[in-house]
Amino acid sequence: MPDNALLHSPLHDEHLRLDGRLVDFAGWQMPVQYTGILEEHRAVRSGCGVFDISHMGQVFLSGENAASWLNGILTGNIPAMDEATAVYTFMLNENGGIIDDLITYRIGHESFLLVVNASMLEEDIAWLRKHLADGVLLEERSRELAAIAIQGADAERIARDMLTGTGCPMPARNTLEHFPDEAGTTYLCGTGYTGEPGFELICPADDGPKWFNKALQAGATPCGLGARDSLRLEMGFPLNGADLSPERSPLAAGLGFFVDLEKGPFIGREVLLKEKQDGLSEKLTGIEMSAKGPPPRPGYAILCGEETVGRFCSAGLSPSLGRGIGMAYLPVALSKIDTTLEIDIRGRGFAARVAKKPFYRHLR
Amino acid sequence: MNIPENLKYTTSHEWVSISDGIATIGITSHAQEELSELVYIELPEQGKQVAKGDPVAVVESVKAASDIYAPLGGEIIETNNVLADDPATVNRDPHGEGWMFRMKISNKSEAESLLDAGAYEGEIS
Repeated sequence: MPDNALLHSPLHDEHLRLDGRLVDFAGWQMPVQYTGILEEHRAVRSGCGVFDISHMGQVFLSGENAASWLNGILTGNIPAMDEATAVYTFMLNENGGIIDDLITYRIGHESFLLVVNASMLEEDIAWLRKHLADGVLLEERSRELAAIAIQGADAERIARDMLTGTGCPMPARNTLEHFPDEAGTTYLCGTGYTGEPGFELICPADDGPKWFNKALQAGATPCGLGARDSLRLEMGFPLNGADLSPERSPLAAGLGFFVDLEKGPFIGREVLLKEKQDGLSEKLTGIEMSAKGPPPRPGYAILCGEETVGRFCSAGLSPSLGRGIGMAYLPVALSKIDTTLEIDIRGRGFAARVAKKPFYRHLR
Repeated sequence: MNIPENLKYTTSHEWVSISDGIATIGITSHAQEELSELVYIELPEQGKQVAKGDPVAVVESVKAASDIYAPLGGEIIETNNVLADDPATVNRDPHGEGWMFRMKISNKSEAESLLDAGAYEGEIS
């Protein structure tokens, strides 16, 4: 795709000013890094980083039937959500495969915000429209909104500094605050994708640079999508398209915690019930290299004895651990912690083992 | 742009310094910048015979693994052991401490096709 066909984030000028390295990501021109992925990764683990996540899709659903309708589309128990809370949930196809993973925010009694993957926005919208019920209003507003993530051990201090004078309280984990004094749509959410404490701020596009720069002034390090990826991988958080797919269920992905099979009917439920009854054949499994060495990459073969038993989905170097980590669908019998495996890297075998997720835990 | 005049270059972003039939090879400053911080480098075995254009080494950043090609044919006689523990040496000093391997050139005429600094600058601008 030529560069001029790519979408620009509302923070594009900030990325240019900060000399960010821009890459094509899901049709957007976004910074993969500013000074370096390793440095940015460490800034989040030890201090605080600010990420432009304006490429994420924002879909608003409202109406008197919105909660009950969404309950039939998503895996979480939507009517049971308190107002101003967030849940991580899935949109499944009829075969129980994952169309997208998303955060659902209940922004009012009858109104919801879905934050979805940029790469899946069109498909998600098509799916939602296909199943849309009377009396439910769908508004896709991704292009009107900016979003930034403030993440890190020190995120609370940075966010407090940013909020000085706004009168907006700090949201607790998995809740959100609606700014009382902002025109338009501004939300501060206690959510994130790094495993660190943090917040995600969603605001009108024109306000994006203001909030991004407030975070920088408060001391946050600008971080690109490269660090966002290495941080989430260390936590064992899945990435749709790499670890999740329409052919795999959330149960196979080890994410059954985010599926409520008892809440009543939803698309894909019957298949999941059967899968649960029959038992899984393969499961998304964490794998850690046993020593320093070449980083594993998506697609590399995983062997047990002489036999190839799977291939990496997400994989790479863990900057915090200094060794390679990754996730792969392996036969359930091989997914037990400490199972010995070998990774084929350019024709040579490197020792690895099944590891508990998250790969990285903060020593606090 | 840091492109030393005393070195020769390839279009695949290796630099070459030749003295008494021995070539020292690394990757250019432009290449290390594009690759970003290196986290792992796989070097060829000493004594290995390689032909011009063979993939002989691999450099890896957080995001990707990239092949390094032999700019000339010959025998690998030495590799830079420092890079095993500190691959980012290549980022800090690509044309100096970050050299990658030395080879005994088998056919000196192959060196004639290497680019000079001006031609390499034209390649990357």
